[in-house]
Parts: sequence; structure tokens; C-alpha cells
Amino acid sequence: MDKLIEILKDLHDDVDFESTEGLIDDGILDSLDIVTLITEIDSEFGVVIPPEEIVPENFNSAQAIMALINRIDED
Amino acid sequence: MKFISIGFLIFLAAVFLAYYLIPKKYRWIELLAASYVFYCFAGIKYIGFILVTTLSTYFVAKLLEYMSDRADAYVESHRDEMSKDERKEYRSKQKKKRFLLLCIGLVFNFGILAALKYTPLAETAYISGFLSLIGISFYMFQTMGYLIDVYRSKTVAEKNVAKFALFVSFFPQLVQGPISRYGDLAPQLFEGHDFDIHNVSFGIQRIIWGFFKKLVIADRVAVAVVAMKNSPDEFYGLSVLVLIIFYSINIYADFTGGMDIAIGVGETLGIKMTENFKRPFFSKSTKEYWNRWHITMGSWFTDYVFYPLSVCTPMRSVSKKCRELLGNNLGKRIPMYIATVLTWLLTGVWHGSGLNFIVWGLLNGVIILVSEELSPLYKRFHNRFPRLGSSAPYVSFMMFRTFFIMGIIRILDVYRDVGLTFRMWGSVLVSPNPSVLFNGGLLGFSLGTADYMILAVGVILMFAVSVIRERSGKDIRELLENKTVLCSFIFTALIAVTVIFGAYGNGYDANQFIYNQF
Repeated sequence: MDKLIEILKDLHDDVDFESTEGLIDDGILDSLDIVTLITEIDSEFGVVIPPEEIVPENFNSAQAIMALINRIDED
Repeated sequence: MKFISIGFLIFLAAVFLAYYLIPKKYRWIELLAASYVFYCFAGIKYIGFILVTTLSTYFVAKLLEYMSDRADAYVESHRDEMSKDERKEYRSKQKKKRFLLLCIGLVFNFGILAALKYTPLAETAYISGFLSLIGISFYMFQTMGYLIDVYRSKTVAEKNVAKFALFVSFFPQLVQGPISRYGDLAPQLFEGHDFDIHNVSFGIQRIIWGFFKKLVIADRVAVAVVAMKNSPDEFYGLSVLVLIIFYSINIYADFTGGMDIAIGVGETLGIKMTENFKRPFFSKSTKEYWNRWHITMGSWFTDYVFYPLSVCTPMRSVSKKCRELLGNNLGKRIPMYIATVLTWLLTGVWHGSGLNFIVWGLLNGVIILVSEELSPLYKRFHNRFPRLGSSAPYVSFMMFRTFFIMGIIRILDVYRDVGLTFRMWGSVLVSPNPSVLFNGGLLGFSLGTADYMILAVGVILMFAVSVIRERSGKDIRELLENKTVLCSFIFTALIAVTVIFGAYGNGYDANQFIYNQF
């Protein structure tokens, strides 16, 4: 989780990602951020997020993103 | 059939009456029949195009779903015998097969679209007659979005081919969208809606507003746009700025007017279609502008082009190489740069095959990337002057800046000649020719002073409605809902103004919408 928070902080250092929800719904992360984030997840976690998983509910909070990473890795 | 015609209003009244008179469970059949009648008004000879897309997509989607279900069932029944890696390998193999089938469906249908839009076929009277009435790319994009959603298992494939045919052909969106998603639109189409006076009156009000925008504003200012475009030797320098403003008004009133009619028609039938505009001229950045203008096209390209491009295997290899060569910080952003530019290139091509559309698309991509890269600088600036960012003059400046940046590149669509457009941009600085603004030159075409006054009042009205929505967050119709007398007066006046001052007759072309050609 710490690694993910670090990646997210690199995108927006002024956001408290540990407690913020609605990252997509509130427009904190946009499509350009998502692509950079996915590239980082691939590099740091070795997990490739397919396009069909790029939906708001999977990216609305750090916890949701972590759950997505774990789920794809598990599958 | 054209939206702006008496015939369409009669057709609409008949569809409306029949919809609420027949039993609820058959209402979707009436909508299907109405949609095919609407389509066939373009010419029954064109029916093959929509039928081929409907049937091919229906069967490919069914097959994709069958393959996916079979693969899932296999993994479930062999879960204990297969290791995690074996399961992954099996799923990956099955996915490749489904991807190949998806590609066949996409290439076949986009091939039809490309053949009709980008080959010499488009110039023939047979095809140009069709394309001038039916926005083929709108229903094609909507249908291909459904196919990709089924491939991604985000949508269950429709079992009933007739119901699927309605989703593809729903008549209000056949002219210029919006490009709806299956999950949002289809359930509403298939459900028979109760007659609801609120929906019906809101729908009719929105249709009237759409006609007003199209006939009183868009088609009136279009006369000036066409005249200025046709005489670049006369209208250069500062008059290019006038053209930028005029064309922005023209395309906004035209496109949103058409959307108001389409969405209003849906509302009268109890069907809520996706909004395509959210007051784009209040945007403070290019990125925000594209979240507010032609929203359904933008989200289509984001979901079905931008994201897949960004995460595809070649892009991941590029990313790895770039990290090694350029370092982590820049390297991780390269896929985003490439995907943005390619997506905007394709968005440009969607509008047309001319170089002007390609340059327009690329410029949009470049502007978005430049402002993205400058964002740390903006952040530092705003940290230094924390109160400036929310001050009214600065916000107005940002809106004004975005309006002009988008307007400047938008006139590539007016001249449709990249070299000429660049020369005209240059003329603003090199040879401003201010006299054209004061010597009556702008009154030289068939727009008189009275036309400009009507136009000004129309634009102020359109602006006021947008400001009310932006500030209150409420639709003006909701604010007028309980003021029956005032509401009746306003909409009766709008009808009267549209009938009396609508720009039709000699010199005007109220026939079709600008976006229909895309």
C-alpha cells in the first residue's frame, strides 16, 4: 500500500490519498493521470491492468486501486 | 427526414400519439418501426447499411459472449486441477481468440464507415445523399462501443435481435448522436414508459429551445461565416477574430440545438439520453473544455481508444525502453504522450479525411499535453498568489483564453485549407486591417442591422440560460416549473420568435446540422 501511495503522491502531492475517496468522481485523477498510474503499477507491481478494468469504481480510492491490483494478480 | 422540417414535426406527433396509445409491452416495437421509417426517409435503398451493421454486430456479440461463458465454465470446472499459471495461460489464450473475433467485427464495420466516408464513394450522389441525412458514424460508434463492452464482459449481449436493432437505430440520435452506451440507453428503450406530463412538457420545451437555437441563431450567423470564409481576401486581419467568434456561436447553437431536439424527443417518450454538452464556453482549460463539449464522443475515444492504446503490449515495451533511456520521471509519461497524440489524431480523422481535420486533432492533443506539462508551473504560481486563482477577473481571463484557443483552431474547419488558415491566423498580427470592422464590410452580405440585433438578443438569451444553469446548478425549466403563466408566456414567445425570425428562405440553409456531416 505504501508503494501505491508513493506513486499517487508523485501525481498529486497535495492530496491525502490514504483517506480520500471519489478520486475519479471528484475529478482529482483524470485520464492522463490514470495512464501514468497504470504504467507505474505495471513497473512497480508487475501487474498489467487491462482496459476493461479502467472504470471509476476501481480507481476512486487508494484502497480500491490496491484491491484491483491484488485481484488481477490473484486471477 | 430532416429535423428542421414540418414533416418531422408531423412524424413526431404521430410517433408520440402511437407510443402512448398502444400497450406498454409493445411500445419498443413502435419505436423500432418509427426509427426504421425515419431512416428510410433518407431512402429505402440505404437500408442495407444499417441492417448489415446491426446483424453482424448482433451475431459477433453473441459469439463473443458464448466463448467467454465457455472459457469461464471450463476454468471453474477444472479449478482444482489447474495451477494459477495454467489458469492464466488458458484465459489468455481464450482472450486472444475473442480479441481476434472482436477485431473482425470492428474492421468489418469500421471498414464500411471508412469506405463510405473516406473513399471516392463519398463523392458519389448515391452516398453523399445518404450521408447528408443520416449520421452513419454516430450509430456506428454507438454499436461498436456495445461490441467492445460485450468483449470486455461489461455488458450482456442482447438476446433479441429486434431489440438490438432498436438500440442501433433509435431515430433521435440517427442525425448527430449523442453516442449512447448500451447500458444507459437500451433498458429505457425496451421499457414502456407511462405518460408523464412533466417529461412531456419538459421535452417539448427543450425541442422548442433547440429549434430556436438552430433557426434564429445558428442559421443566421452561418450566413456571415460562409460569406467571410468565401472571401478571405476581403475578410482578413481583425475580421478573422470576428469569424472565430461567429463560428463558435454558429457551431455551438447548431450542435447543441440539434442535441436539444434529440434529447427533448427522448424526454417526451420518457427516455433520458446522455447529455452531450455542459456549457463548454465556461471551461477554464482545454482539458475541461473537452469534458464539456461533445462529451459522448470524448468519452468514447477515452474508453475505447485512449486507454487500450495506453496499456497495449507495444506501448508497455516503449514505456520500459523510455524509462531506461530517459529516466523514470519522463519515461513513465511517454505512453500518455503517445496515446494522447494518437487518440487526437484519430479524433481528427473521425471528423474527416482532410488535412485540416488531422491538423485540428493534433493541435488539440499538443495543447492538452503542453498545458499538462505546465501544470506544476501553474501550481507554483497559484501557491505564490493563492487568492488570484478564484478571483472573478482571473477566472474570466481563463474562460476567455480557452474560448479563443479552441475558437482559433476550430476555424480550420471553416476554411478546410491548412495553408489558408495559417495565413489567416497570421494576418491578424501582420495586417490587422481594422477598417473592415467599421466600414460596414460586415454588413456587406445578406445580414442587415436587424439580423445582427436578433442575433445579439438570441446570443444573450442563450448565454443567460447557461449562466443560470452554471450558477444555480438547475435547469431553467425546473426554475420555471411552478410559474405556469410565465413559463407558458416564455415558450409561446420562443415559438413565435422562431417562426417569425427563424432564418429560412432564400440565402439560408436551415436544412441540416453541421455535425451531421461527420
